[in-house]
Amino acid sequence: MSKLKVATAWLDGCSGCHMSFLDMDERLLELAELIEVVYSPLVDAKKFPDEVDIALVEGAVASVDDEKKIRKIRAHTRTLIAMGDCAITGNVPAMRNPIGPEAILERAYIENASAQPQIPCVVVPKLLRVVRPIHEFVKVDVFLPGCPPSAQTFHAALTALINGGPLDISALTRFGA
Amino acid sequence: MTVEELDQIAISVRQENAKYDYEVNVCMDLACVSQGSDKLRDALVQAAEAAGKKVLIRRTGCMGPCSHGPLVRVDPDDVLYRKVHAGHAGQIVSSLGGAPVAELQCDLNEHFGSQVRVVLENAGYIDPEKIDDYIARDGYKALLTVLTEMTPNGVIHRITESGLRGRGGGGYPTGLKWGTVAKAAGNLKYVVCNGDEGDPGAFMDRSVMEGDPHRVIEGMAIAAYAVGASKGFIYVRAEYPVAVSRLTTALREARRRGLLGNDICGTPFSFDVEIRLGAGAFVCGEETALIASIEGRRGTPKPRPPYPAVSGLWGKPTLINNVETYANIAPIVRNGGKWFANMGSERSKGTKVFALTGKIANTGLVEVPMGIKLRQIIEDIGGGVPEGHTFKAVQTGGPSGGCIPAELLDVGVSYDALLKMGSIMGSGGMIVMDDTSCMVNVARFFIEFCMTESCGKCIPCRSGTAQMHTLLTRICNGTGTMDDLQLLEELCATVKETSLCGLGQTAPNPVLSTLKYFRNEYIEHILHKRCPAGVCSMQAAVEVLA
Amino acid sequence: MSVEVDVKTLEIDGHEVSASAGQTILAVARENDIPIPTLCHIDGLSDVGACRLCLVEIAGSNKLMPACVATVQEGMVVSTNTERLQKHRRLILEMLFAERNHICSVCVSNGHCELQSLAQEQGVTHVRLPYRYPELPVDVSHERFTADHNRCILCTRCVRVCAEIEGAHVWDVMGRGIDSLVITDLHDEWGKSSCTRCGKCVQVCPTGALFDKSKIGSEHPKYPDFLPYLNLMREAQ
Repeated sequence: MSKLKVATAWLDGCSGCHMSFLDMDERLLELAELIEVVYSPLVDAKKFPDEVDIALVEGAVASVDDEKKIRKIRAHTRTLIAMGDCAITGNVPAMRNPIGPEAILERAYIENASAQPQIPCVVVPKLLRVVRPIHEFVKVDVFLPGCPPSAQTFHAALTALINGGPLDISALTRFGA
Repeated sequence: MTVEELDQIAISVRQENAKYDYEVNVCMDLACVSQGSDKLRDALVQAAEAAGKKVLIRRTGCMGPCSHGPLVRVDPDDVLYRKVHAGHAGQIVSSLGGAPVAELQCDLNEHFGSQVRVVLENAGYIDPEKIDDYIARDGYKALLTVLTEMTPNGVIHRITESGLRGRGGGGYPTGLKWGTVAKAAGNLKYVVCNGDEGDPGAFMDRSVMEGDPHRVIEGMAIAAYAVGASKGFIYVRAEYPVAVSRLTTALREARRRGLLGNDICGTPFSFDVEIRLGAGAFVCGEETALIASIEGRRGTPKPRPPYPAVSGLWGKPTLINNVETYANIAPIVRNGGKWFANMGSERSKGTKVFALTGKIANTGLVEVPMGIKLRQIIEDIGGGVPEGHTFKAVQTGGPSGGCIPAELLDVGVSYDALLKMGSIMGSGGMIVMDDTSCMVNVARFFIEFCMTESCGKCIPCRSGTAQMHTLLTRICNGTGTMDDLQLLEELCATVKETSLCGLGQTAPNPVLSTLKYFRNEYIEHILHKRCPAGVCSMQAAVEVLA
Repeated sequence: MSVEVDVKTLEIDGHEVSASAGQTILAVARENDIPIPTLCHIDGLSDVGACRLCLVEIAGSNKLMPACVATVQEGMVVSTNTERLQKHRRLILEMLFAERNHICSVCVSNGHCELQSLAQEQGVTHVRLPYRYPELPVDVSHERFTADHNRCILCTRCVRVCAEIEGAHVWDVMGRGIDSLVITDLHDEWGKSSCTRCGKCVQVCPTGALFDKSKIGSEHPKYPDFLPYLNLMREAQ
């Protein structure tokens, strides 16, 4: 059996989900027998491949760049996994929503700047007015809540998905876990 | 007060009226007053004095076809004038005894032809601030008959026999309700009149309270006698100042005549009524919320059972009926249950008052026998939609009701038929829509109403209506998806089945009925980003920070 | 000798159970270890039937009944966990999560929140409804406690415990519909209100909306079990 092509991606999140993914430790070696990581912040691949079997996406959709990425990922992925609370609920990145992006930028780049206060306008992508979970943009196949989901959750979920076994997510994890 | 004395009053009123050669009735319902019928009345009085004619200028309640107001009817010739203003007073007075003023005359034979007036029999014929006018038209005779000749059980039997069902919307059999309260244990009981008419486009109860307040009071007194209550409350929304003032006057006059108070008409029956003002919450029309509001608490509903009939105001058995229900009581007592049961359809007896509004020639108040076809109400009585437009739907039952399409217009109006079509009778609002209405936008309008009027107590109504509003807004601005539509339908089911009170349970009806009969309009918005009626702007809000 | 006994027998999820007349379906179910989810109900306070999570099906009726207030009837056949009920419960929980800003990961009640646990029990892994993200106040004026309205689900346990048990009636609800808010006194700051500082509201709050300032992070389990005990002792007096 050829190895499943797995991608991981990082939108507006803290990378904690990726860290927790790495916390699978030696179990990663077992997984490596079954999967090949074709795209990830953890590997050196610049372009999202055309065909991916499983993509794990961390983080909420907060900028036009995030939106572009998630649509691209969806278009080239068979099974899309929303990884962690930011991707599923908006979580901490969405805490700016009630007050709006202007107030956040003002606080970060003007009020709290010690030198040259200015709101960045080049290179950085434009913010969306409202930070939203990824399933409000594209269809998501599996939801793995948690902040972050535990290494055990990742292992159990991936094993089930790879082997086609039953998967009871609520038995593994919950919001905020 | 005895029956003979009532008759004496009636005779003296007639003698007094006979002194006049003509009666000029001026509609002083809110709709006509807002167009200057109060100034018109003053002008008529002056004109009559100046002309030296013996004319009785009478202020009356709603005559019906409000869109033609201010209305004036001249008796004994029964000539109806429309769009009359103070400047016409001289013309009208000088025409008395001669030919009617042609340019003001309006011919609404078809409009009135299919109507049967029971609840509105006095509206337009009596001065609502004069108890003697009411007495002259058999007023309070039913109360006296009940007190002197009938047992409480006999009264309940007559109401049951009539087949009258609650006119507030639910259609619960009135006799059964009265019987339950009568049988409930306890010496202290209350009767309550629900005048918290809050549906957009509905004004039946207001017009009854403004045009014939004594009829409501008499109905309540009869009910109190039947169920063993000695205290009543009329709960009226504060937005109806004219109704409140006319009811206040009516209560004072009824007390003065000994028709309210202790030992009414020399019998051991004592009863009095207080008015309570609602502060403008739609949910307070729900009976348990209404009770909370009368008690001085936050107007939120409670799970039933226990029903108010067993544990209502201050935990006592309480009879709650709607204004129109009480307005039907005196005629039923006077004419018998069978007389009433002969009108209407198999399971919906009597007549129903509807507030006909929207895209229609004759808007206003109509009273029709139950079972009449919707088409008759809209086309004959209402005069149909204005030329150049086509009928699209009629919305019955206010925000809790549904939109009925053209192909179902030949169905007879009854509680059960409307329910089967996905709507409800409700209190009797009827809004006609033509091809200029977008049904998705209509659904959104009603959901917005329910969202802002939800009390917030139970989650499905509080949060579910807000979610439905968000999804409908998306569809209206062209950003909705087929997933949103599916979610909307799921929300409808949950809000309908799990909400605590009638507000939430019926809030999805406008959405469900438009989805049932006008689904293609939703699809057009979603898939083709097009509003067939050209109402929705299809402009989504800017999502990116500039 | 025949004695009038006020005992009812009924069936809940296929189990034959007995109950005394006037008992609620919820009480009987719990006596028999049949779980029914609840949020606004709490042992020791009056029931308001507001959260609608405890709705159950009763054979012969299409209308769902709130188990917390519906009383048992002889021969009643109750189902507490049908597919229809599960669907409604999940959607109601989703409504709650979407209604305000429930950020479990940074909440003092993370790990012992009734809303969070219910979502897990009922299999809610994500919220399909659009999040509303309202801007809501956080009242830190009280010297001991904080009220974070972002996490409030309007169960009114605080309102009831304050009025019914403490007898102070400091809490109540303001506004209506989606804009409802629990308030202290006439919308005064909690710290300046007539609060007796008893802290019962904090203990009965099912989420992290009301919390003790002296506790940090997730060290904030709540102990509402005192209520039935307190009621028992008061009755005994």
